Amino acid sequence: MLGVTEPHSRWTPSPLVGEGRGGGATKAPKVQMIRYLTIRLVSMAVMIVLSTLIVFLIATQVPADPILAQLGDLQAADAALVASYRARWGLDLPIWQQYLLFLQGLTRGDFGISISTQRPVLDDIRQYAPATIELATVSFILALIISIPLGVFAAVRRDTWIDHVARFVSLIGVSAPTFWLAFIVLAVFYGGLQIAPGPGRLDVTSLSPPKWSGLFLIDSAIAGQWEIFRDAAAHLVLPSVVLAASILGLLTRTVRASMLEALSQDYVRVARAKGMRETAIVVWHALPNALVPVVTLGGIAYAILLTGAVMTETIFSWPGLGRYTFRSAIALDFPGIMGITVIVAIVYLFVNLIVDLSYALIDPRVVQR
Amino acid sequence: MAQEPSAGTSDAAKRRRWLRRYGLAAAGGAIVVAWILIAIFATWLAPYPYAQVDVTKRLLPPSATYWLGTDLLGRDVFSRLLVGARISLIAGIVVVVIGGAVGTLIGGIAAYVGGKAEEWMMRATDLVMCFPPIILAMAIAAALGIGVTNTIFAMLVVWWPKFARLARSLVLVQRNQEYVEAAHVMGYGPARILLRHIAPNAVGPLVVLLTLDVGTAILTFAGLNFLGLGVIPPTPEWGQMVSEGRELVEQWWVATFPGIAILTVVIGFNFLGDGIRDWLDPKSRRR
Repeated sequence: MLGVTEPHSRWTPSPLVGEGRGGGATKAPKVQMIRYLTIRLVSMAVMIVLSTLIVFLIATQVPADPILAQLGDLQAADAALVASYRARWGLDLPIWQQYLLFLQGLTRGDFGISISTQRPVLDDIRQYAPATIELATVSFILALIISIPLGVFAAVRRDTWIDHVARFVSLIGVSAPTFWLAFIVLAVFYGGLQIAPGPGRLDVTSLSPPKWSGLFLIDSAIAGQWEIFRDAAAHLVLPSVVLAASILGLLTRTVRASMLEALSQDYVRVARAKGMRETAIVVWHALPNALVPVVTLGGIAYAILLTGAVMTETIFSWPGLGRYTFRSAIALDFPGIMGITVIVAIVYLFVNLIVDLSYALIDPRVVQR
Repeated sequence: MAQEPSAGTSDAAKRRRWLRRYGLAAAGGAIVVAWILIAIFATWLAPYPYAQVDVTKRLLPPSATYWLGTDLLGRDVFSRLLVGARISLIAGIVVVVIGGAVGTLIGGIAAYVGGKAEEWMMRATDLVMCFPPIILAMAIAAALGIGVTNTIFAMLVVWWPKFARLARSLVLVQRNQEYVEAAHVMGYGPARILLRHIAPNAVGPLVVLLTLDVGTAILTFAGLNFLGLGVIPPTPEWGQMVSEGRELVEQWWVATFPGIAILTVVIGFNFLGDGIRDWLDPKSRRR
C-alpha cells in the first residue's frame, strides 16, 4: 500500500516513546505501560499549552484590529475611548504578558465574549455542544454499522459485485462535498418526496424534553415522552446519514484492507486446515484482528465528523457547534472562533490520546517499540 | 511475473487487460484533463457573461436557453459553473504543490539530518496537526479577512504537515539503504544524496498523495467558500454557488449542478491517484 492511503498517521505513537534509554524489552509490561502513559500525558499537556499559543498568535497578530472591530467607526475615532479599551483588555501590555492573561482566562474557563451572541463563549459552547454530540454519535454508530459488514464482505468476496459496490460507496463518500450531499438529501426526501421531516432537531410544534443531558433522544426517553423521542429520532435520520457518509469511505476501505491482511495470515490457514467453517473463521479469527487498525481511525474520524458537522448543521439548521462555528466565521466573531478552535484542539488531543492508549492495550507491541 | 501465454490472445482480451490495468487512471486522467480544458477556455465556452445580472430572468429552471437554469440574480448557472472551474482547480493545485513542496522539504530534511533539528521540526508538525484542518484554516482565513489569496494561505498553513510526515518516513526508510552508504563513501554531499539518490526512490508515494490530495484540497476550498471564506462576489466559485442555493429546495438546480461539478473533479483526481498507485506499486493493485 506504500503507506499512502493513510496520510494522517496520527495514531503512530509519538517518536518520544521509542527513545527510552534501552532495556525496554526486559522491563515488565506494566512498567512500560506506565512509562508510555506518562510520556503521552506530559507531551499532551505541552501540546495543549502550545496549541493555545498558536490560537493566541492568530488572534493577536492579524491585520484586523479587534478593538476597532468591536467599537465601530464612531467610537473608534475617540482616542481616549480606544486607549481605555486597550487598557481594559490588556492590549497595551507586552505580548508575553497578554498571552499569560489569555492563559489565565482559559484556566478559569474565560474564553471571552462572543461578538455575535454577546454571551460568554463557554456558555455558547455548553449550550450548543449536546446537539452536535448527539448528531455525531448517531452518525458514527451508523457509519460503523454500514462500513464493517460492507468492508468484510468486500474483502471476503473480493472482485465480486459487492466489492465493487463497496468501492463505489467509498468513492462517493470520499468525493462528494458534505454540504452538497446535505442539500441533495434535504431536497429529495423533504422537498420532493416529503417523507422526511425538515431542518431542525424537532418539529416547531414539539417542545424540547426536560433538559438533563441535552441529548434529546436520552432526555425524552428518561421523561417517557415517546412522541418527542420519535420526533427527535425522525429529525436525526437525514443529517446523520449525510454525516455518516463523510467517514463511510474511509472506514470501509480500512476494514476491507485490514480484513484482506488478516485473511492472509497463518492463523487463518491453520483454522482452515483444522476444518473450521469459513464463516466462523471470518467472524471469530479474522474480524477481531482486522478491527484493530479501525480503532486508530478514531482521531481522523473525529476531525472529519467535526468538519462535516459544520456543513451538515448549517444546512439542516441544527443548533449545534458546527452551525455556531459557521455563524462565528461569517460574522468574523473572533472570540467565538478562537474559543471553538481551542476547545476542538483540546478534545482532538484527548481523542488521539484515548485512541493511542486503546491501541496500546489491544496491541502491546506498540508500547515495546 | 510470467506473462500469460499469448496464444489465443485476441484484441478484445488485450483491450480488457489494458482497461483493467490503466482504465481507472485513464478515466481519472480524462476527467481531469477535460476540466482543465474547460477552465482554460471557460469564458470562450460560456454562452453568457458569468456576471451578467438580469433580475427579470431570476430562478428560471433549466431550459434550451439556460441549460442549467439561472440563479437568484438571473445569472446563467452553466456559464458560472464553467468559469468556476478556474478558481477551484487553481486553488487545489496551488495548495497541494506549495504545501507539498514545503512539507516534503521539512520532512525530508528532518529525517536526513536527524537529532535535535529533526525533533524540533517534527514537534512543529505535530503541533499544527493537533487542530482539525478545516477548523484551523477557518480561524486563519477569518483572521486574515475574506479573499482568495488569504483562503489559500490559510489552507497552506494547515496543509504541509501530512507531507512532512510522509516524506520523513520515506526518507527514514531509504536513509539506511546500502546505496546511500555507497554514495557517502563516494564523497557526495548531503544535498546531492538527498536530491539525486534518495528523492527518486522515495518519490512514488509522494506523487500518489499529491494527486489524491488535489481532490481533497478542492473539497476543502469549496467548503471554506461555502462558509463564506473565499472569493469575493461576483467571481463564481462552486462552493459559494451551492451556498447561494442552499435554501432553494424548490429551485434545486442552483445548488445541485455546482455540487456535481465538485464531485466529478474530485472523483477524477481520486481515480488518477489510485491509478498511479496501482501503476507504481503493482502489489497494491489487489488491495
